[in-house]
Amino acid sequence: MAVSTKATAPGADVAAQRDLAPTMMRDMFRFMLLARALDERMWLLNRAGKAPFVISCQGHEAAQVGAALALDRTKDFTLPYYRGLGTVLVMGMTPAEIMLALFARAADPSSGGRQMPAHYSSRRLRIVTQSSPVGTQIPHAAGVALAEQIRGGDAVAWTSFGEGTASQGDFHEGINFAAVHRLPAIFQCENNEYAISVPQKMQMAVNSVADRGVAYGIPGVCVDGTDVLAMYEVTQRAVARARAGDGPTLIEARVVRLTAHSSDDNDRTYRSQHELRAMRQHDPIARFASYLHEHDLIAEDEERELREAIAAEVDAATEAAEQAPLPEPETLYDHVYAP
Amino acid sequence: MPEINILEAIRQAIDEMMSSDERVFVLGEDVGVRGGVFRVTDGLIAKYPRRIIDSPLAESAIVGACVGAAMNGTLPIAEIQFADFIAPAFNQIVQEAARIHYRSNGDWTMPLVIRAPYGGGIHGALYHSQSIEAFFAHVPGLKVLAPATPYDAKGLLKSAIEDPNPVLFLEHKKTYRLIKGQVPDDDYRVPIGEADVKRPGEDLSVFAYGLMLHYCMEAARMLAAEGVSVEVVDLRSLRPLDIATILASVRRTSKAMVVHEDNLTGGFGGEIAALIGEHAFEHLDAPVMRLGGPDVPAMPFAKPLEDAFMPSPAKIAAAMRRLAAY
Repeated sequence: MAVSTKATAPGADVAAQRDLAPTMMRDMFRFMLLARALDERMWLLNRAGKAPFVISCQGHEAAQVGAALALDRTKDFTLPYYRGLGTVLVMGMTPAEIMLALFARAADPSSGGRQMPAHYSSRRLRIVTQSSPVGTQIPHAAGVALAEQIRGGDAVAWTSFGEGTASQGDFHEGINFAAVHRLPAIFQCENNEYAISVPQKMQMAVNSVADRGVAYGIPGVCVDGTDVLAMYEVTQRAVARARAGDGPTLIEARVVRLTAHSSDDNDRTYRSQHELRAMRQHDPIARFASYLHEHDLIAEDEERELREAIAAEVDAATEAAEQAPLPEPETLYDHVYAP
Repeated sequence: MPEINILEAIRQAIDEMMSSDERVFVLGEDVGVRGGVFRVTDGLIAKYPRRIIDSPLAESAIVGACVGAAMNGTLPIAEIQFADFIAPAFNQIVQEAARIHYRSNGDWTMPLVIRAPYGGGIHGALYHSQSIEAFFAHVPGLKVLAPATPYDAKGLLKSAIEDPNPVLFLEHKKTYRLIKGQVPDDDYRVPIGEADVKRPGEDLSVFAYGLMLHYCMEAARMLAAEGVSVEVVDLRSLRPLDIATILASVRRTSKAMVVHEDNLTGGFGGEIAALIGEHAFEHLDAPVMRLGGPDVPAMPFAKPLEDAFMPSPAKIAAAMRRLAAY
């Protein structure tokens, strides 16, 4: 994977020197493993005919978990796009809640089974509801931040999207607006080099989405999004800048998309076997596992126990969600208007 | 009671709501020191320097940022400078604002007002004259208002700002200074979703909103001189629509006509006609008549072309005579 790292971004070695508490590192690892395990289970359920649609975060876990752990989970807002499973788990969504959405159950907190899976929402967790037309959440993030500025609060609005979305007008309009008003917002582009089948070079004539920060007068930081520690550090810096009233940051996390676009896509029609194999070398979870073992931050048996606990958690979540009731047809007309 | 015009009524509504509720703010192009190109927000930035906000020239961001702000404890008023420029924000209004409450299963609300000056007859040509209500009145989750008098404009705008749903507030720009009326000093509201019989009559019912309401009133006065009694109903709210008042009027007069400036095909008049056909067919003594703008892409600039486009009191009166004689 070609990763261009700006001078302002820390390399893995810089991140490695960070004095992060071992408990925080284990938290990171646990969320990454949980996101992966849930994601893999959803694909199995799809292939078994039990879930009509899956869209994946595999390969994005470090970018999402590292960033979200740098936010204040008691007050910050996230507006994650459809790959943001890692993001919402950190913000407090439970595996059972994720599975309720997969099965379109009435108790799905994101939409009560109204939206496709991975359209995350929870007012309680300040996860802002998402649609499917891409990029609309970018002006929303600017607006959440504008309201924060008007009300004199210090929460940050964090949003994510893919590099294909950087072609949308709302990308430009939203980031420009936030930059003009120096709003407390963070725009995280998770660049996995593909918008379904269209490669980055057909999406933009620049090498890095982060280059566009210059055009908005804000920092544009390109970072290896498979490095959870680097993601944490870069996001911490963006959060500090936002809370200090210095304005937004555009973060480009270079990641890999380890699956097809969705369960309805077949990426072998546009990615070569060679490319798919090479990409596997950049799996963020394998990378962080090696790091933790190299630095004696986790023992083999600890990792095994962690993975077993997560597998049990995913089993329980799946079972609970499958047994939960579907929405009643007569609720179709509920919530068209708020009373 | 003081007499003011529609523009002043709207300004008063914004001013009084901003004064009583710190959550209210205005975002739009030129709304700041210029006070808006029509001067609706004139003087407000001096009173509320942090809450009257000039936006970049980007309609999707104006609405999109207000959508975000509405989900973080504020009550935004987005101003679209001309309704003709609302198209870049269509996605944010229709796909986002209108669906957020529904798609979150009632978890999030969207207390958002989008103000948009619309309509022609002011030499605005294709892109400063359009009527856009039909595009948006089609959308469940949105409310669409089109007041015609200062009293209604002020009372409805206050209701819209307090409403937990997205409201498209359409202001006919030709009425801004043309139409004056008495507005009480007290803090009143006009409820959303109620039509108003502006002129009671017995021989036929006419349904209109915005500038056309006034043209219909003028035409009704002409018909009165000829011995025909016309009831003029101001719809005020297109979604939700006051079907009960519409049907009650038609059941009494047995003849119905809808007038709008928007072009006829697929226009809002078709919805009124369909409702009357469905629910009051047996009361009708004549087919429901629709009078709308012509099916051309938009209103041309040259005066003879603009005049030919606009429904006028004379054209409306002629249609009323045909309906009365049916």
